[in-house]
Amino acid sequence: MTDTLKNILLFGIVAVLICIAGVTQSWNTALLILNMGLISAIMSIGVNMQWGYAGLFNVGIMGFVALGGLASVLVSMPPVPDAWAAGGLGIIAALVLGAATIAGAAFAMKRLPKGRVRALGILAILIVGFFVYRAVLDPSVDAVEAVNPALYGYLGGLNLPVLVAWPVGGLLAAGAAWLIGKTALGLRSDYLAIATLGIAEIIIAVLKNEDWLSRGVKNVVGIPRPTAYEIDLQNDPAFVERAASWGLSPVDASTLYVKVAYALLFTIVLVIILWGAQMALNSPWGRMMRAIRDNETAAEAMGKDVTRRHLQIFVIGSAICGLAGAMLTTLDGQLTPGTYQPLRFTFLIWVMVIVGGSGNNFGAVLGGFLVWFLWVEVEPVGRWLMDVVTAGMADGSWLKDHLLGSAAHMRLFTMGLVLLLVLRFSPRGLIPEK
Amino acid sequence: MDLLNAIVALTNFVIVPAVSYGSQLALGALGVTLIYGILRFSNFAHGDTMAFGAMVTILFTWWFQGMGLTLGPLPTALLALPFGIAVTALLLIGTDRVVYRFYREQKAKPVILVIVSLGVMFIMNGIVRFIIGPDDQQFADGARFIVSARDFKEWSGLDEGLAIKTSQGLTVITTIIAVALLFWFLNRTRTGKSMRAYSDNEDLALLSGINPERVVMYTWLIVAALTTVAGVLYGLDKSFKPFTYFQLLLPIFASAIVGGLGSPLGAIAGGFVIAFSEVTITYAWKKVLGYLLPDALEPSGLVQLLSTDYKFAVSFVILLIVLLFRPTGLFRGKSV
Repeated sequence: MTDTLKNILLFGIVAVLICIAGVTQSWNTALLILNMGLISAIMSIGVNMQWGYAGLFNVGIMGFVALGGLASVLVSMPPVPDAWAAGGLGIIAALVLGAATIAGAAFAMKRLPKGRVRALGILAILIVGFFVYRAVLDPSVDAVEAVNPALYGYLGGLNLPVLVAWPVGGLLAAGAAWLIGKTALGLRSDYLAIATLGIAEIIIAVLKNEDWLSRGVKNVVGIPRPTAYEIDLQNDPAFVERAASWGLSPVDASTLYVKVAYALLFTIVLVIILWGAQMALNSPWGRMMRAIRDNETAAEAMGKDVTRRHLQIFVIGSAICGLAGAMLTTLDGQLTPGTYQPLRFTFLIWVMVIVGGSGNNFGAVLGGFLVWFLWVEVEPVGRWLMDVVTAGMADGSWLKDHLLGSAAHMRLFTMGLVLLLVLRFSPRGLIPEK
Repeated sequence: MDLLNAIVALTNFVIVPAVSYGSQLALGALGVTLIYGILRFSNFAHGDTMAFGAMVTILFTWWFQGMGLTLGPLPTALLALPFGIAVTALLLIGTDRVVYRFYREQKAKPVILVIVSLGVMFIMNGIVRFIIGPDDQQFADGARFIVSARDFKEWSGLDEGLAIKTSQGLTVITTIIAVALLFWFLNRTRTGKSMRAYSDNEDLALLSGINPERVVMYTWLIVAALTTVAGVLYGLDKSFKPFTYFQLLLPIFASAIVGGLGSPLGAIAGGFVIAFSEVTITYAWKKVLGYLLPDALEPSGLVQLLSTDYKFAVSFVILLIVLLFRPTGLFRGKSV
């Protein structure tokens, strides 16, 4: 069996699995799995570029995904004029001051001669800058957050089409990745891992607490959609007629229609990114990356700037994760900073990449679909399993209730098991690197 | 008088919590550093091992409480601790046999072992949630305070109260005992010396006839004890919730790295550095400054540098500063 045939077969299996979910559960569930699978596939391509091409161990994916989500709020929500009038300028001034402080400290670091004067000078700049920043920021933030907090309490966005937010999400994540990469990429792999883990937590903390920016845990709901709304479709006589001719009720037809529209949009993005990633992988640049990954010292001896190349691919991979994050928030229609959890948004993506096959983009895509399918389906299967196990027990017994109630936690266990099994018996993944 | 009040307020709100939190971090970081020194990878499953150890201890505690077995003013959890350690040790050694040993024999790259530990993390997290659920659990009993705020006020006649929780006192004492035992073991016993030799230079240790599997087994045993103690103390002090243990991973790693990975002394120092900075930076200084400054200068705001939600940012920034200026940590750890 050739590799191509095997790969087509693997993708076919995943397609059949999703179709089984469609037949046995509902087509809405199946399409949701497909849509989330598409987004997961894009995220795992991003991680695969960092890990598979360059061997960078990034465990801060959640942060970049969340930044993408923030982008869809900042771009597509309508602005809140009252909030802008109350404190918009103050907040912008404070942010500029904050940036100026850091730039000033960096400048002093570069220009002043090494010694006690420099250390004290930088410390003074940072401390004074911090207090000035807080003095300007705090009153403006209070003013903005006081503007009708039940509905707004934040500055809002730019009211642009939400599709614009996707590349912007990528750019935002790229910017953050550049800052992190500049400081942390010279370090060893373990340290990079901890640094990215930390930055992701900080990004989530900012989203949760800076209400003027993202409404924090009050969530931003009703982010505009790139597709039609179900309710409009149901009120459209032409659509209802067409649905009837397919033998579908207007409600079913409209929900399916919207999900298919999303699936098409996401597929276009996935195809573009996959094509780009493949082109990059097979270009001289991609070969250089793999050479650096396999032997940094040798690559450096050949005149390759390892740190710069690492920074480059770190930024690109993170940007792709940010793009996927913006798509995810668009699909959800809301930004809920409280739901970002590292197990789901960082480590699950890692399972996808490792299971699919690190270093191979098609493997990453396959892993994205397969692992997402498992993630969703383990819960109903687990419940069924628990039903079978507890069938013989007396109703209302303590153990039976506990087992049934805990079925939901089978997910994490299964993911760990899948990861360990793949690492042990097929360490190069389902579709290995060529 | 104002000065005394300021000192008491500072002790009550900053020093006491930071010392107990620092001890918990130090115990966690010691485990991370030992695994790094002997097995040579960063163990991402550490937080969840702590959760597992604490969970087993909690189950035993409930059992003992059900039987009416208590330690009087001390929490029953202390009685259950050895059982928790034993079960955790079994789990860790089992994990090593089934999972890690294969990669050790293959001489896999450290980063592969880190990814393997991610898988172990998922599984442990799943087990803990499966058995005890994702919610808060209460298991503290016995006397709540060693010194209560009201008693202290009556005794001293000051406006400010000083409260020391039993769990805080217990944390510090247990940590001192655990650290003393650990250092005695590493410096005085044959096995401990062979562990240090193995950590310093693997090849040389192998040549002198040290059995690596034995060293690894002892490491896991010690790690099981350290993580369970740290997990139980943290649970007694705050509360037990599986997800918070996962989140402890960041400050624990920060402590271990700030101190210098592979250096036990560094891990302890790092734990206290991180804890004190977190607490001082997220503490609202209004009260203390109010006592110290003349009335005219009394601050109107809370004088809180960062809100408590940003405590991760503090450990992270310290980590970055140390890494940029002293990449091997304060105590010259190793770098691979």
